[in-house]
Amino acid sequence: MLAVREALIAFRRAPLLSALGITTIAFSLFAFGLFGLVALNIRNALRDVEERVEIRAFLVDGALPEMIAAVLGDVAAFPEVQSADYVSKEQALDRARTELGEFQDVFESDFLPASIDVRLRPGFRDPVTVREVAARLEGYHFVDEIRFAEEWVEKLHRIRTIATVTGTVLGLAFAGVAVIIIGATIRMAVLARSREIAIMRLVGATDGFVRRPFLIEGFVKGILGGVLALLLTWLASQLISQQFVETAFFDRQLAAIGILAGALIGLAGSALSVGRHLREV
Amino acid sequence: MIQFTRVTKEYPRSGLALNDVSFNLAKGEFAFLTGPSGAGKSTILKLIFMEERPTSGEVRVSGINSLEVRRGDVARLRRKLGIVFQDFRLLEDRTAEANVAFALEVTGAPRGTIPARVSRLLTQVGLASRTTAFPHELSGGEQQRVAIARALVNDPLVLIADEPTGNLDDRATRGVFQLLREINASGTAVLMATHDIDLIRRTDYRTLEMDRGRFVHDSVDDRRSAAVEGLY
Repeated sequence: MLAVREALIAFRRAPLLSALGITTIAFSLFAFGLFGLVALNIRNALRDVEERVEIRAFLVDGALPEMIAAVLGDVAAFPEVQSADYVSKEQALDRARTELGEFQDVFESDFLPASIDVRLRPGFRDPVTVREVAARLEGYHFVDEIRFAEEWVEKLHRIRTIATVTGTVLGLAFAGVAVIIIGATIRMAVLARSREIAIMRLVGATDGFVRRPFLIEGFVKGILGGVLALLLTWLASQLISQQFVETAFFDRQLAAIGILAGALIGLAGSALSVGRHLREV
Repeated sequence: MIQFTRVTKEYPRSGLALNDVSFNLAKGEFAFLTGPSGAGKSTILKLIFMEERPTSGEVRVSGINSLEVRRGDVARLRRKLGIVFQDFRLLEDRTAEANVAFALEVTGAPRGTIPARVSRLLTQVGLASRTTAFPHELSGGEQQRVAIARALVNDPLVLIADEPTGNLDDRATRGVFQLLREINASGTAVLMATHDIDLIRRTDYRTLEMDRGRFVHDSVDDRRSAAVEGLY
């Protein structure tokens, strides 16, 4: 309780320094938030594209409906499979007419074969799994031919890997810079109160007692900075949505994680700064 | 209660501050520590409240030994000591009573007992009417009294005072010194570093004189010699 009061006194006593600290934390996290926003939207875009990864198993003419139904059940039960749909010859023709309107007249007869269209679950849309599932489908004797955009699936997978690695490296770099800036800000707050710390230690305060108000202060500053950063990021996403392109924003869980990250960075920055100061005095 | 055994202190930059110093301060004793600037007085005091550790030798204060002391022990030791400085070291943004109360809060004293203890101490040092004043509203002498009240909150075994009258005029010096004598009379040992020869001459308290990191004179030895001479 006393530590909370001391932390509040510190806020009241140096409002400018506190505001500067919160703003610095907010802007460091804002930069990280903007990066997160870009990463999130790239991930969403890739997910949308990946959802179109499809394996089409063309069936031989005369495949019996009961056999098709049994196979559909089998395939739908594969752990990698999200959906398996039967497309009859007529449906295939309709689809071709819709997708390729300018050739409508060409598609007159029932020359297009029936097929089973298989979509995979997220996380199983990599080239290796796609090939494995295709090979399994090929095993059914009434499957005539398997088609999937192999080159396209591989390209997509490569883009995803590059995006993940770049995202992780850049994310860590942004987070590292944020920790350093926030640590320096909190160190300023600690140095501004070095006289008080010296007096506390002189009258017999333990290191834990000295440390506690700073930790609370850092934690609260981190939360406030995190909320401010979230607000700025939201404003930025609104602006981008209005002016350039529709942009997705963090869901509640990600927003909460962002604020918690701010709080933890504030706490860690305080712990490091006070710890260092106490070791020096 | 305070025991220095062959203590040497050497700083990496400024060199030798204390050279093979030994002395004892008994419970309830009053002693002056005197000598020119740089003689080693402040180093002795810092070694007592363990802000510094000896380069060699041993400092023992209230059962805590400098050779074995851990960080947590230092905080506990300081609660048994009262420490007063020439520059008062008060928190400028807190009133006199808040400065005194702060020292009690730091040591985890029960909250309910704090106001009464603070009030008693400020009355004892003659500041009953100035409890809500901020340090900048107090004279030097009054600020030093607040610092003394703060030093006394935990009923220390010994009061360490580093030039407590160094920044005060004659009248304030006399007042603060009288207060230290009263504190000593109530059983607290006092070790006071000072340049003020007049103050030392006015009393017959023990005087430890230092020069260049060594004791050059201890008035207790004079008394012993006189006593021995008296026997023959």
